[in-house]
This record gives sequence, structure tokens and C-alpha cells, in this order.
Amino acid sequence: MSEPVTPAAKAERKLALLLCAPALLVMIAVAAWPIIHAVVLSLQRYDLRFPGEREFVGLGNYAAVLSNGFWWTAVGVTVVIIGVSVALELMLGLVLALMMHRSLVGRGVVRTVLLIPYGIVTVVAAYSWLFAWSADTGYLSRLFGPETAPLSEWGPSLVIIIIAEVWKAAPFVALLLMGGLALVPADMLQMAAMDGATRWQRFSWVTLPAMKPAIGVACVFSTLNAFRIFDTIFVLTRGANDTGSVAVLTYNNLFRGLNLGIASTMSVLIFLAAALIVLVLLKVLGVAAPGDEDRGR
Amino acid sequence: MGLRARRRPGARTGAVPAALLLAATLLPAGCGTATGEEITLYHPPARHIQALAEACNERANGRYRIVVRTLPRDAEGQREQLVRRLAAQDTGLDILGLDVTWVPEFAEAGWLAEWVGRHRAEAERGVLALPLSSARWQGKLYAAPASTNVQLLFYDRTLTPRPPRTFDEMIAMSRELKAAGKPYQILLTGAQYEGLVVQYTSLVAAAGGRILSDGGERVVLDAGAVRGLAILQRLATSRVTSPGLARAQEGDVYRAFAAAESDAAFQLNWPLALAATRDLNPERAANLAATTYPGVRPGRQGKSTIGGVNLGVSAYSGKPRRAFEAAKCLRSAQSQKLAALCGGAPPAIEAIYRDPAPLDSCQGGDRSGPLSMATAFPMAEVILRAIRDAAVRPATPAYQNLSTVMAKVLSPPGDIDPPATARRLREELTKAIASRGILP
Repeated sequence: MSEPVTPAAKAERKLALLLCAPALLVMIAVAAWPIIHAVVLSLQRYDLRFPGEREFVGLGNYAAVLSNGFWWTAVGVTVVIIGVSVALELMLGLVLALMMHRSLVGRGVVRTVLLIPYGIVTVVAAYSWLFAWSADTGYLSRLFGPETAPLSEWGPSLVIIIIAEVWKAAPFVALLLMGGLALVPADMLQMAAMDGATRWQRFSWVTLPAMKPAIGVACVFSTLNAFRIFDTIFVLTRGANDTGSVAVLTYNNLFRGLNLGIASTMSVLIFLAAALIVLVLLKVLGVAAPGDEDRGR
Repeated sequence: MGLRARRRPGARTGAVPAALLLAATLLPAGCGTATGEEITLYHPPARHIQALAEACNERANGRYRIVVRTLPRDAEGQREQLVRRLAAQDTGLDILGLDVTWVPEFAEAGWLAEWVGRHRAEAERGVLALPLSSARWQGKLYAAPASTNVQLLFYDRTLTPRPPRTFDEMIAMSRELKAAGKPYQILLTGAQYEGLVVQYTSLVAAAGGRILSDGGERVVLDAGAVRGLAILQRLATSRVTSPGLARAQEGDVYRAFAAAESDAAFQLNWPLALAATRDLNPERAANLAATTYPGVRPGRQGKSTIGGVNLGVSAYSGKPRRAFEAAKCLRSAQSQKLAALCGGAPPAIEAIYRDPAPLDSCQGGDRSGPLSMATAFPMAEVILRAIRDAAVRPATPAYQNLSTVMAKVLSPPGDIDPPATARRLREELTKAIASRGILP
């Protein structure tokens, strides 16, 4: 920016801003405004069934939510789902990525088949899991013994929810990781092989470090994906027996409870948590945000 | 919801010109267009509702045309749809088929048009007291009872010729039957949902207790309410119910009773259990008898909780005049009789129970000839007795919160510890009725 700004460049800049303006306005209308509105609502007592009692309560809703057992149960469930499903997705994703990367015959077919679960609408997939696990009619329901209803108990429900999530998201993680595999320098692998490194050593000392950025991105995406889990739980259990995530709890308070204040408070808390997760992951994993690459480090 | 909202205007704009075109081509001049104003009726699924709407349309003689829109099967889903659209002030809803527990909530939120003057007089005429009370809030009438319902004790005449009078007696009978190697189970709705709240409400009422104060603004939960907890816990832990108690809803209860190798001797359920048993197991249905709920205190009758449908007119309806007129037709004695005989919905108008005339349009399955109250409701007298002395669920605008929290705290019934559960219930319900608490 040390060059003097010519009138032509100035005009061009103005035009650029002008051309951006409509997009910016749309962004403000559809993204920024709802967030601001949610923050405003979260500071009010606002229950649609008691319209006369609408009032400003400051941080009262935050105190109510953060001191509530149901909220922390939902947070716990969400954390368990994130922890287990992200770990499984990364492991399974890596295996799938290696398969897709290495497959010599029918590469296209293998990739297509592996990606099918990701292409199926979540609600449809969740319903097929629901039917599979329903007592009496489901083909998987007798896995834990006759006359059991796995979806009516806490532990089994959570396992089924996580299986459904992993099944759906692992292919996407594999896709991200496959991009990372392509970055592994082939000559480095050859050199390591010549130096007598075993298969496992080559994988853990050459392939994995080279894939680190891709693993980081996969981690961020799958964590956020698991964090916002809603449809799978909504279809499978509706959050009964303490299986609701924070998103399900928010939905219940908004659409069943009609409590705009409390539900907005939860939304804001979820928003903050998501921002925090991204920040921490970016810092810990050293992942560059998209568009950051050229700044280097 | 989005789908429905998007589909409706299209359907209307498509249908009306088509109908007009058809009318113009088919009818000779001078007949006029008999389409009338379209009045939408959002109603829970019911076998008879389409026939009812058509009968009213015929009587309306072109002044209005009721179009039935069926709500989801579960009460939760029904309420969610209505509430979402009413909160958005949707003008597409005219008449609403409401569960008995929703009137205070919908009225307080300003979503229901009040029934006044001659509308009110007509909606109240001849209606049983308790069903009518479920349509009122703060002394005003917000809906017209269209049907009622009440839970009964069903038993097998061959196992227990004389039904138990109290819950204690029922548990004792069940144990005797079990010892004798006969079917013995007491089936009831124990899953974590409204059905469990209904059972608990009945027990509390029979114990002479109360959950909320009359106006619904305070949690009472007195000694009777604690007694109700103790009975529920005793029922669940005496090894006399089915192992699936904590998952059982209405359908599970009647299916388990009607099963070929059923272990059940008693079921606490809605009258639909009779029709269901007739369909599933006619042999067992022949021995099935119904009576009023067992009591809790010796010498005092039991109480069971009422259900039913109330018809409200949306405050956002663009055609309130016709909507009220159509709603009045749908709740009329004629309509209620049709709903009772063809659809099995117990009428809210008392006189219909004593109406002996059969209805030609309602034919009873295998039995020949049209149905009358005596053939469709062999236990009509019992139903009437149960309704006159029934329990009602607490009336409060925050009923949804109350019910959700109550079902949660009472689940599973086997884990109830009366004093501790009562404490937790008192604490959670106090937050729930203030709508300050958080829903699980």
C-alpha cells in the first residue's frame, strides 16, 4: 500500500465497494440481524403464552439456563457425542481415505460407494435407523436380546445416535483427508523406505505429519458437525430419556415451550460455544482458516 | 408446516376457478354458485370427521364449506403445528380441534375468539359440567366441547366376576391370580408422556388431593398428591404390572390385553380399548367388562381423568362469523351423535347417552343393522357415571410445561420415592407454571 493511490485506482475501489454492497446488505439481513435479534430477545422475559408479561430481565435468562440441570445434561450429552463421534469419524475416515487413495481398480466406483451415506438426507437416514432399531419391527432391534427397546434406554439410544452420525459423516471426513493424502510427497516416502523405515513408521512419521493441516480441517468440520446435531436425535428419540443435545433442548423450549427469551439465550450460548470451539481448534491444531494460507507462519 | 403453508394457497386458487368453471358449465342459469366461504377445520385424525364436515356442509346450504385438515396423530405434534401457526398470526386457520388441556394456554395467548351471546348459550346447552369446564378459562368460554372421554377400568369377567373397588384390592386380586397361575397383570400407561400424567392426575383426585390451586397459579401438591405418588410407586413395584410398564402407551396397553397369550387381567384405558379388543381378539372382548376407576380411600369412589376435543375459533380467522356457525354445527347434538356412533367418540351432551334411536349411516362391522348408543356404547351408563365424577387435569396456561416436567419427574414409576419425588415435583412445577423454568 506504499504506492500512491491514483484517481483510477480510487474509482475502481469505489466501484468494487458498490458492487459488494448488495451482497453485504443481504448478509446483514440474513445473518447479522437474526444474531442481533436473538441477543436482544435473550435479555427479555418473553413467553408467547404470556404476552402481557414481556419485560427486560438483563442476564436473568442466562442465570436460569446456566443454573439448570437439564441444560447441563444436554451439554454433557452433546460433549459425549462430539468426543466419541469425532474420534470414530477420524479413524474411520482415515481408513476410508487410504482405501480411496490406494484403490487401483474401480477407483470411481469405490469412491462413489463410500460417499453414498453422505449424500443421503439426514432425516431419511435417521428414519431408516429408527425403523431398523424399532422394537418388534426392526431388523436390528433383537441384537441386544429379545423384547428389548434399545431406543427407550439412555445408553443404547446414545450408541445408536452416534453410529448414525458416524455413518453419515465419516465419508465427508474421508474426502477431506484424501485431499491431505495427495499432499504427502511421494519422494519422501521412497526415501524413508530406502532408509529402512517400516510401513507403520512411514505412515506415522511421514504421512501423518504431512497430513496435519488436512486432519486439522477435518477435526474442525466434524466437531462442528457433531456439535450442531439435531435431526438425527429428533427423529430417533426426540430427546427422551436424557438423550437430547443442546440443539434439541433449544428446539423444545422454543417450539413446545414457546419461550422466546429462554430459547434465544440457549441459541446465543450455542453460538458462543461454537465460536469458542473453532477458536480453540484453530489455535491448538494450527489450522489456517480458509484464505489465510498466503500469510504463512 | 412450510410445505402445508405453501401448498394451501395454490390448492385454493386452483380449486376455486376449476369449481366455478365446472359449475358454470354444468348448472343451468339461476342455480347460483353453492361453494360458499371456505372454513378450514384443523382436527386430530378421526374416522368420522370427514362425514361430519360433509353433513354440516349440506346443512349450511352454501353459506360455508368446511374443509378438513388432519393434524398429526400425536397430541404433541398437533399442538406444535397449531401453536407455531397461531404464534405467527396465520389467517388460514378457522376452527381448531383442541385437546382439553390446551384451552387456558391458547386463550391466555389471545389465539382463541371468545364465545359470547347466543353462540355461547348454544355451545353450553345440555353439555356435561366437567367437559364444559375444560372449555372455559377465567370464567369465559373459549371453545365448544365436541366430544369427551374418560378412562375406565376394564377387566375380564371370567377371571374376576366382581371388579376391584380400590387399588389395594386390585393389587391383592392380581397377586391371587398370579399365585393361581392365571393371567394377572394390571396394565396402564406408564411411559414418559401425557398418559402417565393422566394416571397420576386420576390417583391424586381419588386420594382427595390437588396438584395446583384452583386458578392454576400456585403449586399445592398436598398429602393426597403424595398419596398418589405412593400408589403409583406401589403399582409399579408390586410385580403385578407388565415389565414394559415404563414404555407403555394407550396402544401398547390394549394390544397387550388383547394378545393371544395375554397375561393381563386388568387395564386402565380409554373406552376405545373395547373396540380395539373386539377387532384384535373377539373372544376376549366377549368377556371384557368395564367399570369406573378403583378408589384410593375405602368407601370412596375412584376418579378418572377426562379427555375429549373442544372446538375453538381462531382469533386470526378472517371469517369469524361463518367459522362460529360451522363450529356450532360441528358440536351440535346431531353431529355428536354421528361422531359417537360412527367414530366412537363419547358425546359431551348428556341427552345423547339416553337417545335410543339408531343412525342409518353408522353400520356396526359384523353385526347387522345400524348402530345405536346401546350397541356402540354398551358401557354408556358407566361412562356417564365416570364423567359426572371425573378428575380434570390442572388448568393453567403453562400446562405443556407442567405436563412435560411431571412426566419427566414421574418416570420411571418404579423409581418414585414419595416424599423425595414430591419435593422435586413441587420445586420443578413451581418453575414450570411460572414458565420460568426450562423444559427438558
